[in-house]
Amino acid sequence: MTPLAGYLLVAALVFAVGLAGALTRRNAILVLIGIELMLNAANLNLVAFWRYSPHPELLTGMMFAVFSIAVAAAEAAVGLGLVISIYRHARTTDLDEMNRMKG
Amino acid sequence: MNVVFWILAVITVLGGLTAVTLKNTVHCALAVTTAFAGLALLFLQLDAQFAGFAQILVYIGAVAILVVFAILLTRGSETPAEGVFSRTWFAGLLIAAAVFAVLGWAVLHSVAALPNESAAPAVTVLQIGTALMGRYVLPLEIVALLLTAAMLGAVIVAMHEKGEQK
Repeated sequence: MTPLAGYLLVAALVFAVGLAGALTRRNAILVLIGIELMLNAANLNLVAFWRYSPHPELLTGMMFAVFSIAVAAAEAAVGLGLVISIYRHARTTDLDEMNRMKG
Repeated sequence: MNVVFWILAVITVLGGLTAVTLKNTVHCALAVTTAFAGLALLFLQLDAQFAGFAQILVYIGAVAILVVFAILLTRGSETPAEGVFSRTWFAGLLIAAAVFAVLGWAVLHSVAALPNESAAPAVTVLQIGTALMGRYVLPLEIVALLLTAAMLGAVIVAMHEKGEQK
């Protein structure tokens, strides 16, 4: 197996684990953690393709990963702010109980 | 394909797996931090020092702390009586397994077409800075604007509403 294929397989596994977490957990914070894992798996793919690309000196893949990390940080801040706001309103972070758009 | 890669891969995947399966939410936050650290080390293993250290700063330094704050502010560390997995957990697990099967099949069937070993790219921080200030200056400005907007938005969303009783 080539190194790139190894990295891609690890990224696929981390993505699947994150997806399983996002789809199966009740707690909204754990769902956010699953989404973060999926974003990180995508970043690993970007960096791996950059490393084994014919022109790594152009920095394209790594810059994409760095910008993606910045966007993920913004997403985490807004997502956790929303979770805290919903908790204050509904007194729960259980997604199975949050089945109404109108409090 | 050296032994360091396999150790880091095992740490990352095990960290992720424990993060989505443990009952105590604080333990999950710790496990996901391990997974983030493993991913940062994988970035370093891929000669992407800048991305690796950015990952450590942003994820282990900021996102992990934010997650712990959110857990403690919402009393999320208490395990609910009806279990930690949702009612539709089996469908979710099935979808995740199917996604992994498709991705793994795609990777394994394209191994021959993937580029093999290449020399480590010699990228300095000076080059990265020049690229950020030259070719990538517009995305950089947009990310700066996005982070400002997200910070303001997060504060406004999580702020106490006026007249709200405790």
